[in-house]
Amino acid sequence: MADMKIGAYICKGCGLGERLDCDDLASIAKRDGKAQVVQTHDFLCSEEGIKLIQNDIDNEGVNRVVIGACSRRAKSEAFRFENVTLSRANLREGVIWIRPDEDELRETTQEMAADYVRMGCAEAKFQTLPASAQEKGSNDNILVVGGGITGMTAAIEAAKAGYPVTLVEKTGRLGGAVGQMWKDVPAHSPYTDPVDTAVAKLTAEIEAASNIKVHLNSVITKTSGAPGRFSADISTESGSTTTENFGAIIQSSGATPYDASQLPELGYGKSKDVIDRVEMEQLAIAANGGPIKRPSDGKEVKKVTFVQCAGQRSEKEGHLNYCSGDCCLTSIKQAMYFKDQNPDIETEILYTDLRTPGAPGEDFYRSGQEKMVTFRKGVVSEVTAGNNGPLVKFKDLILDEELQEEADLVVLATGMVANSGVDIDTVPQNEPGQWEVSVDSILNLNYRQGKDLPHLKYGFNDSHFICFPYETRRTGIYSCGPVRRPMDTQQAIEDATGAALKAIQALESAKIGSAAHPRSGDLSYPIFRKEGCTQCKRCTVECPFGAIDEDEKRFPVFNESRCRRCGTCMGACPVRVISFENYSVDTVGQQLKIVDMPDEFDEKPRILVLACENDAYPALDMGAQQGNTYSQWARVIPVRCLGSVNTIWITDALNSGYDGIVLMGCQKGENYQCHFVKGSEMAGMRMSKIDDTLKTLNLEKERISTYEVAITDIDRAPRLINDMAEAVEKMGMSPFKF
Amino acid sequence: MSEVIATNQTILVVGGGISGMTAALEAAECGKQVLLVEKNPSVGGRVSQLYKYFPKLCHPKCGLEINLRRLKGNRDLRLMTMTEVSGVTGEAGNYSVTLTTRPRYINDNCTSCGDCATAVEGEYDDEYNYGMKKRKAAYLPFNQAYPERYVLDSRAIGTADAEKAKAACKYGAVDLDMQEQETTVTVGAIIWATGWKPYDAAKIQPYGYDRFPNVITSVEFERMLDPFGPTGGKILRPSDGKEAKDVAFIQCAGSRDQNHLKHCSRICCMASLKQTTYLREQYGDDAKATVYYIDIRAIDRIDDFYQKVQNDTNVTFTKSKVANITQDKETGNPVLHGVDTEGYHRYSNPHELVVLAIGMEPSVPANGFPMDVVLNEEGFVELDEANGAFFAAGCSADALDVNRAVQSATASALRAIQVVNKVARAEG
Repeated sequence: MADMKIGAYICKGCGLGERLDCDDLASIAKRDGKAQVVQTHDFLCSEEGIKLIQNDIDNEGVNRVVIGACSRRAKSEAFRFENVTLSRANLREGVIWIRPDEDELRETTQEMAADYVRMGCAEAKFQTLPASAQEKGSNDNILVVGGGITGMTAAIEAAKAGYPVTLVEKTGRLGGAVGQMWKDVPAHSPYTDPVDTAVAKLTAEIEAASNIKVHLNSVITKTSGAPGRFSADISTESGSTTTENFGAIIQSSGATPYDASQLPELGYGKSKDVIDRVEMEQLAIAANGGPIKRPSDGKEVKKVTFVQCAGQRSEKEGHLNYCSGDCCLTSIKQAMYFKDQNPDIETEILYTDLRTPGAPGEDFYRSGQEKMVTFRKGVVSEVTAGNNGPLVKFKDLILDEELQEEADLVVLATGMVANSGVDIDTVPQNEPGQWEVSVDSILNLNYRQGKDLPHLKYGFNDSHFICFPYETRRTGIYSCGPVRRPMDTQQAIEDATGAALKAIQALESAKIGSAAHPRSGDLSYPIFRKEGCTQCKRCTVECPFGAIDEDEKRFPVFNESRCRRCGTCMGACPVRVISFENYSVDTVGQQLKIVDMPDEFDEKPRILVLACENDAYPALDMGAQQGNTYSQWARVIPVRCLGSVNTIWITDALNSGYDGIVLMGCQKGENYQCHFVKGSEMAGMRMSKIDDTLKTLNLEKERISTYEVAITDIDRAPRLINDMAEAVEKMGMSPFKF
Repeated sequence: MSEVIATNQTILVVGGGISGMTAALEAAECGKQVLLVEKNPSVGGRVSQLYKYFPKLCHPKCGLEINLRRLKGNRDLRLMTMTEVSGVTGEAGNYSVTLTTRPRYINDNCTSCGDCATAVEGEYDDEYNYGMKKRKAAYLPFNQAYPERYVLDSRAIGTADAEKAKAACKYGAVDLDMQEQETTVTVGAIIWATGWKPYDAAKIQPYGYDRFPNVITSVEFERMLDPFGPTGGKILRPSDGKEAKDVAFIQCAGSRDQNHLKHCSRICCMASLKQTTYLREQYGDDAKATVYYIDIRAIDRIDDFYQKVQNDTNVTFTKSKVANITQDKETGNPVLHGVDTEGYHRYSNPHELVVLAIGMEPSVPANGFPMDVVLNEEGFVELDEANGAFFAAGCSADALDVNRAVQSATASALRAIQVVNKVARAEG
């Protein structure tokens, strides 16, 4: 970038001109903020105001724009300029809206505004426009791992959009679990009868597609790289390995049927006529539309009982604690196998909650009822040997009676277990230089943090986000289908199509060096100064996205397109050698240092507030809009994530005389709400250690508070600041003011 | 007016709720040109009216903020609010779409300073709060509304209020001469994300929604939890403003019923389970929730949330489709009548408040589509080749929870991209 030239623009609109001395603010921008060009305007976001700024950019060489007006969240369409950095001093939501309009308060309100102008200029001075000079991978190929219905769909959908796909399947055939079914639940109206599975159609599409390559009997023995430049070793059963390069990866490794032999109480393994859902499909395939015969003696089945939730939704040892989502529909479908062949066959489904949601689900359930499938709310306690077949003992919850019934065949509606590879929380990665293939791993990543995608719960590698279900913690690798969460075929197909989009997006972003969600479009990347690094490994361990590897000497190796730009590494680094062009130890540190620090005897404390820009900061903004007020001593700086807060900011703030510090992050723990997954948690850990710093400085520990703040804490967030102001008043001023 | 806002490589997304925003953003973040149109003055849709999401009990506004940031920063995405599709002609890869934009009477000079709202006196039912409170004639739809621009209610046009608003605005943002505008655009693919609406509870006559003030819907219950909502964040009875601590939740209100909606609306079980936690959050051990249900559909891995609520001794589950509701005249308590099918016990249970877990109905009726579209019996759009490049996303495709709606939206974005990429290849 050419020489730095800061242009500061102070708006007088929205009451700013009446409440504040804007000319004074302009001179502060010049004097303290070192802005070379300074202008005030009555209505800065107007066409005329924008023109004024654009003119300075075009003709005066202004390349760092500081807007002293409303919050960075407001008028963002107006204040949008090409090829310059932008800093927003929040004078409206951050000052005049949160301070009462009273004459005796004018002085402190003005001081607040003046500090925000200084801070805006300081940020402008220390940030540069991301040059996007990082490594850029450019590879359009997509690797799909797992050739069931999910992987087949992902491959076809990505290929249809014009992206070449390599599909790797560990068995000798495509189709996975659905390929072993006789029929499937319908995916199109009318939702009344079992239909042929999609496997044949998808197989034909894959064969016809010129840009899908299939590797059967193959597994992934190594994956390395990053979006845009992944490299994968594909090894066949016979031992040969080929290495291919990819832009993005889709993991569709599916689920394994629950092992029914863990259910002896339900007769499995004791009677041949107690089978699981997979074996039921085999019987139907063997019957091929004719009478279904039971395994023990080949007798035609006249009565079949389905036991729902077999080994599921149960906290018993060895059982699955979750609902597998598709078993109700599957049992209805399998009951129809019998009813469609011979309506006189008795089919009974014993269930506690019948789960067939949506329009297709309910239609199919209703169709089952119309076909006279019997649904009985009951809990099965035991299946034993009867005189002519298995004897099912159950409690009928409607009749409130213990009953038993004999059937020719009992089908256990067993669940699904995710094929999610190794749990990296329990199986650590090999030491650098000693990396080995794991036969249990799906992806065999050579990443520092482990070989597979992290598991979320019950072995599924789902995302924790409701609004962003595809946000896995390994950028450019998207899992879909039942490896992610229990699901039926229809959902798996939707999920696969969505994952294909995310894969395309990841590789397209990598081409231009842009971050992936949630900082999509951010062209910055972590810059690392190796000379200062002490190989402490904090960044490589703490990165929520496993983006940083280690070389053999334990220096961090940044994989830029794996990075999500949360800044957790920057917050973690004790020697401060990690930064981003648009966000660094200085862009925040210099802001807090430039704040005018009144003398101890002025009785004007200063409170530093570091607020998560996505939740706490908007909460303060919206509070301002609603007329909430907070202390005039507060100076609020938005941070990308509390995880990016480096303790040097805290130490610097304390040393430069701040009287209190409030940190506002997101909820951590099991139901974390941090959009960078672990950022808030990391900050919590670091702050728990800050007490030592306080002790060294001989300061009260009450001077620092860390809170979990939600975006809806519109009343609470300002209150937390006021609490600190009160606490400071009690404790007295910090002695560190110079 | 010759500005080209779309071409046959543009994807049109109709509806700016979470599904539409997701579809639009996901496509735009792949580098595609996207035009997003929303009928209301701001984006966010129904989820912005919810207090918390199940099962995490996190706040929808948090995800909305992220999506708004994505939207504000994306130059490939153009947003038009107060706009609806009035006609579609053409075929996959080349649709001509007519858009009708209602006047907002406030132009983009608006700084959201709020002076117009202070100046006007007229008040109307607040749509954001399902009419449970009033808002001014000049208003910001809600505190996170985007575009962050006020709206002047068209009913105020021609009244003194309109002039007051105009006089109050220092920025020339109030334009009383604004007219309805028609725009015709060419697009390659259409993503239809018009979402759902709550089923009309008054149609479930035996439940007396239109007769008993203390019978409300689940979406109204959500509004009570908003500190800036109609009750200031408290769970109160509409009849007398008293704290409602004993609350009944009636599942399948309008759903799974041949007389109303045939389908299962999927979200209502989890929503009621979630709402029992609001009660506990507010009233602790004094809270008492009773869930009247047919099946609890806490499907897949979130079944553990159901297990957690079941462990709350203050929450009772009664397997029963409530037959009817009467009102106790003295207390104003709704009294639920029916049979507990587990053991066949008749009951007549009074509660302080009844929440109907109201079903989801597609927003657009079967005859309301601008082109021929294959629908299922319930009125949801099917994925069908006959629909050309018209793809449903979210709750216009089925009754979906947020997670699945986003999945569906992301999938629909790819389906649309396939079409526009084909157009691009054909045009070289």
